[in-house]
Amino acid sequence: MLSIRNLQASVNDEPILKGIDLEVNAGEVHAIMGPNGSGKSTLANVLAGRENYTVTGGEVIYQGKDLLALAPEDRAREGVFLAFQYPVEIPGVSNIYLLKAALNAIRKHRGEPELDAIDFLELVKGKIALVEMREELLYRSVNEGFSGGEKKRNEILQMAVLEPRLAILDETDSGLDIDALQAVASGVNALRSQERAIILVTHYQRLLNYIEPDHVHVLAEGRIMKSGDKGLAHELERQGYGWITQPAAGTSP
Amino acid sequence: MSQNSATQQIYLETIAAAGKRAPAGMPAWISELQARAASRFAEVGFPAAQQEEWKYTDVGPIARAGFTPAPKGLNGVDITGLEGFLFEDLSCHRLVFVNGYYAPALSQLGGLPAGVTVSGLADALSERPETLEAYLGRCLPDASHGFTALNSALLADGAFVHLSRGVSLEQPIHILYVTTDEAEAMLMQPRNLIVAEPGSQATLIEHYVANGEAAYWTNTLTEVVAEVSASVTHYRLQEEGPRAFHVGGLHVNLDRDSRFTSHGIDLGGRLVRNDLRSVLDAEGAECHLNGLSVLGGRQHVDNHTHIDHASPRGTSREFYKGILDGRARGVFHGRIVVHPHAQHSDAEQLNHNLLLSRDAEADSKPQLEIYADDVKCSHGATVGQLDADALFYLRSRAMDEAAARDLLTYAFARDVLQRIGLEPVRLQLERRLARGLLHGRDTKELELA
Ligand SMILES: Nc1ncnc2c1ncn2[C@@H]1O[C@H](COP(=O)(O)OP(=O)(O)O)[C@@H](O)[C@H]1O
Ligand SMILES: [Mg+2]
Repeated sequence: MLSIRNLQASVNDEPILKGIDLEVNAGEVHAIMGPNGSGKSTLANVLAGRENYTVTGGEVIYQGKDLLALAPEDRAREGVFLAFQYPVEIPGVSNIYLLKAALNAIRKHRGEPELDAIDFLELVKGKIALVEMREELLYRSVNEGFSGGEKKRNEILQMAVLEPRLAILDETDSGLDIDALQAVASGVNALRSQERAIILVTHYQRLLNYIEPDHVHVLAEGRIMKSGDKGLAHELERQGYGWITQPAAGTSP
Repeated sequence: MSQNSATQQIYLETIAAAGKRAPAGMPAWISELQARAASRFAEVGFPAAQQEEWKYTDVGPIARAGFTPAPKGLNGVDITGLEGFLFEDLSCHRLVFVNGYYAPALSQLGGLPAGVTVSGLADALSERPETLEAYLGRCLPDASHGFTALNSALLADGAFVHLSRGVSLEQPIHILYVTTDEAEAMLMQPRNLIVAEPGSQATLIEHYVANGEAAYWTNTLTEVVAEVSASVTHYRLQEEGPRAFHVGGLHVNLDRDSRFTSHGIDLGGRLVRNDLRSVLDAEGAECHLNGLSVLGGRQHVDNHTHIDHASPRGTSREFYKGILDGRARGVFHGRIVVHPHAQHSDAEQLNHNLLLSRDAEADSKPQLEIYADDVKCSHGATVGQLDADALFYLRSRAMDEAAARDLLTYAFARDVLQRIGLEPVRLQLERRLARGLLHGRDTKELELA
């Protein structure tokens, strides 16, 4: 579904991604872990098409298409979804408006009819129950005044409504209490299927107790330093990243 | 002779002629008030661009145009399409002015509760001159500028609202000023007086519209007196015609524990200057000002606010936003003066501007003069473009770039509109802005937030 080959990207002429290779097949869940500042969010944003990240080399093929050639909205319509590490507040735009506009734009792209108000609301209410979000948040401005946990649930709600083929979650678990973490996990697990793939960017092994990954990768200094199965996540939990990022030193913290 | 003083001369002659025609039975104090204003106008004339208060706004085009005061009688013209200016689902009292004069046939003043007077100012002058004498002109500064003086010198008609002690007017008063094509090259000078006695409450909507595309000049002046614990909510909706000039003065005097809320929305006009002066004259007064300008083409709108914290424990809040497209120019000059004994004053001023084109311009000038030591005062001003993070967020949710830009622009404006308490007015303004800024996209769900 997604082939990332030797991807290099920089921000303000500063190289951040220094040659990423990653193969993600339909049906798989990949976890990307790594120390702060290693480039995880940069990778997520490059995949979603953020403008101030300049791709300086490599390619990304998504469902046979050159992903990097597509505008962000076209990527979304083709089924790419990024749950932001820091969801943006948009005063004056209601949450429900954004959900409906997003869903209908995607349906239109697929040649499906737009949902009417009643069917749409029914759909949203089902998903809201799944992520255990307060319904009144639908009628507030996007993320405005939401708590950290509410913002993350809102990202997962959007994901649940839009049903992407490739979902990238950027530290959706950070700062969540156990209830919110479980709500996020149930949103993600409900999406798991043979047609979809999920990339979980995370800092902690904790999330992976709820969402079992097929593959775990360690991103450090702009490269994937190590890949393995879920056992790797446990090893990182015990030993930290030092043994991967400084292999020559041969020490563990 | 400069162009300014040449036109000034024309107005002085008009004033002199008007004085000779003044109807018999006009109280003497009114002629005196007008005479004082006339000599003030003779002294100061039209403001000049060298004056600090006028440096962003050249009123030369107004002075040069030589408008003639609209004669009485043009209020009889037949108005078609008045419904277009009314608010859907708003139950209200209505006072309509056509080309500057009260039009009773179009107004609706039935069902006013006891203790509330709403009428044309000319009628009020002949029916209850003693009430007016106590208030008219009381809110104006001695050193008024030429436009204020001109309005007083040629004072003829406008709205008069009087609320007796303790009366709460449930329905708002919609004061509609319609200018028609018959007023081409004319000057309309509404003069409004709102008196809220202790403990009374009311909401007023001053609404300036054009029924046509005439080039005309509105030079309007409103005085609001809010006595002890009174509460006045005031709307100024400026939707003048595309070739119109509009100069507006709003002078507010706030007594102890009174409250004044203002929503000033500027959508129309070619050259617009609004002066809002509010004096927090006794302890515990509150003043909340919200403003929004949405401009394009070559429109120029200048909002000047001047808040005098003249007593302790006063609160003022200002929240002004401008959206500027084309070659439009928006000016915000916010002056706050905290007088030496006005301890525990609490003032906050915000002005945010969104530039949609390279040729648009916003000038923002806060001016805080604080002479008391125990006060809370803050201000902030921004001029910028759409938030790139928000734009990317929307696009990552499948919205195309143009739609995302429009939506964020609309949301920027909506932030001010959401402070509007009268839902029918808010919804109508939202729809109007949505038509312009969202290019007809469906907005039903937007109204839900
Ligand atoms: N918009 C940006 N402007 C400047 N530097 C950035 C920007 N985004 C990321 N960086 C830099 O790129 C590096 C990687 O950041 P990031 O991808 O956010 O790391 P991670 O998500 O793994 O913590 C960091 O050094 C960070 O400072
Ligand atoms: Mg990150």
